[in-house]
Amino acid sequence: MYEGVVQNLIDELGMLPGVGPKSAQRIAFHLLAADPADVKRLAHALLEVKEKVRFCRVCGNVAAEEECRICRDARRDDHVICVVEESKDVVAIEKTREFRGRYHVLGGAISPIDGIGPDDLRIRELMTRLADGRVTELIIATDPNLEGEATATYLARLVKPMGLKVTRLASGLPVGGDLEYADEVTLGRAFEGRRLLDV
Amino acid sequence: MHVAHLSLADFRSYESVELDLEPGVTAFVGPNGQGKTNLVEALGYVATLSSHRVAGDAPLVRHGATRAIIRAAVVKDDRRALVELEINPGRANRARLNRSPVPRPRDVLGLLRTVLFAPEDLALVKGDPSERRRFLDDLLVARAPRFAGVRADYDRVLKQRGALLRTAALARRGRGGPRRAESEAAFAAAGAGDVLSTLEVWDAQLARYGAELLGARLELVEALRPLAAEAYAALAPGSGAATLSYRSTLSTGGDTESDVSAGGGVSTGLSTESRSLGITPAVTDRDALAERLRARLLEVRQAELERGVTLVGPHRDELFLGLGDLPARGYASHGESWSFALALRLAAYELLRAEGTDPVLILDDVFAELDTQRRRRLAEIVAPAEQVLITAAVPEDVPAELSGARFDVSEGSVTRVA
Repeated sequence: MYEGVVQNLIDELGMLPGVGPKSAQRIAFHLLAADPADVKRLAHALLEVKEKVRFCRVCGNVAAEEECRICRDARRDDHVICVVEESKDVVAIEKTREFRGRYHVLGGAISPIDGIGPDDLRIRELMTRLADGRVTELIIATDPNLEGEATATYLARLVKPMGLKVTRLASGLPVGGDLEYADEVTLGRAFEGRRLLDV
Repeated sequence: MHVAHLSLADFRSYESVELDLEPGVTAFVGPNGQGKTNLVEALGYVATLSSHRVAGDAPLVRHGATRAIIRAAVVKDDRRALVELEINPGRANRARLNRSPVPRPRDVLGLLRTVLFAPEDLALVKGDPSERRRFLDDLLVARAPRFAGVRADYDRVLKQRGALLRTAALARRGRGGPRRAESEAAFAAAGAGDVLSTLEVWDAQLARYGAELLGARLELVEALRPLAAEAYAALAPGSGAATLSYRSTLSTGGDTESDVSAGGGVSTGLSTESRSLGITPAVTDRDALAERLRARLLEVRQAELERGVTLVGPHRDELFLGLGDLPARGYASHGESWSFALALRLAAYELLRAEGTDPVLILDDVFAELDTQRRRRLAEIVAPAEQVLITAAVPEDVPAELSGARFDVSEGSVTRVA
């Protein structure tokens, strides 16, 4: 245990995801040794992020203003919405530059163990967005795990009566990989989701 | 296949031990409490990634050490593979194959196949249904390692669904019910209307993974039935026929007594009544099973919502063991129970063997429990196996038919004597 303030800092850092006690200690001592101006900048950035950043009132993505950059972009396709669990999934999909539609961030996945039900996710907001009939396709891009699948199934059932096209991202083989190294589940899924080779 | 080398570091009582092993019979002899079982337990762990003696990993690590390492060189069809497991209680275990790390320990499942006979096997006959379900599921994983994933997914669905049902049960009893503290957060989170719509989603997931598990179990029981009957008849001739049947919560009625047999053949020992009720071997189509599971879930929904537990699914099924016209559990004598447990293991051995490779047979302290006749018969059955590892307290416990290499085990040291 260290002197009060130092230990406080270590404890606080240790609460961050992916930071264990050893790393927390290392970061704390790095900060102690660092230039005061650098530390002030970090502290400022931390405060600012909490003060300024909010969630887009349309899609739920992190935003600096009322609406996020993507929702404000008039060039994006209004007919397709891609549903993801977290803001970081938006970033991942944006990197592909493949998708030009809009997003909807749920804020998690259905998980009764963690006490998360549909009402805790931004599903009502999604339904409101779909209500005007402009959207023709809903792409469900929740994680390919049990909770993500459950959420996808839930959404698909919910929007079915609205008559729009609902798709799910394919799961399968990684590009550039070797077939022999794929695990059985992934390979099995890839078989399920095989498609016609059009030549 | 056989194990050519076993090396342990900080595993159970062993700080370090290196053993060269050969095909054929090897006996580990020494007084109780000297570490014989620890050796074979380590091999069982390499094969199944779990111990046959304890549920958690913590007892496997030598007192005072932080991790245990098991290394086993496995020879199959003249090819040698080195499997290395690092057991880290409380953290993720790690595995290496031929000195290269694999992404998940699960990836080394199937490299070593063992069939382990141990005093604990008596629970297969006398114990709770969960023991017999575990027997089936472990064997499924041994045959197709993919099932380790199916099993894990099914367990997770059960947990999620259970949490949801408990929330619903709480909501019905109103706040301030006796189990209020248990899932306050869950209660607050899910409105009552939510629960039903979300439940349907989890029903679908349960049906999907449940059907896969159930279908595989039904096929497995079908394959085991004749082998177990044959093995039992060989071990204990003239004491009634051993029968297996799978009783599923899927069939209507719900209580296990009136349930269905997987095969429905006359040899099940169950009457025609059970055959008319339900599942025949042909009906192991996964989609059909999933459909039936969902339908059953709807039937029991009211009861589930009241009790807050999933009442239908492979986790509540039973592998029924019959001896003559009676259930083995509760009716069989001690000796008969032992023979039945051995017959189940032998059936598993035959099944794995039929796929082309002899699994390694491990007989942990079983001969002491058997009378001379059964001892001799068991010895005759296992003698031709590619590799048999035996533990015994005294050399006399090892039947003459099973002569081979011998190690003395005392106070944590293992010495070859013959």
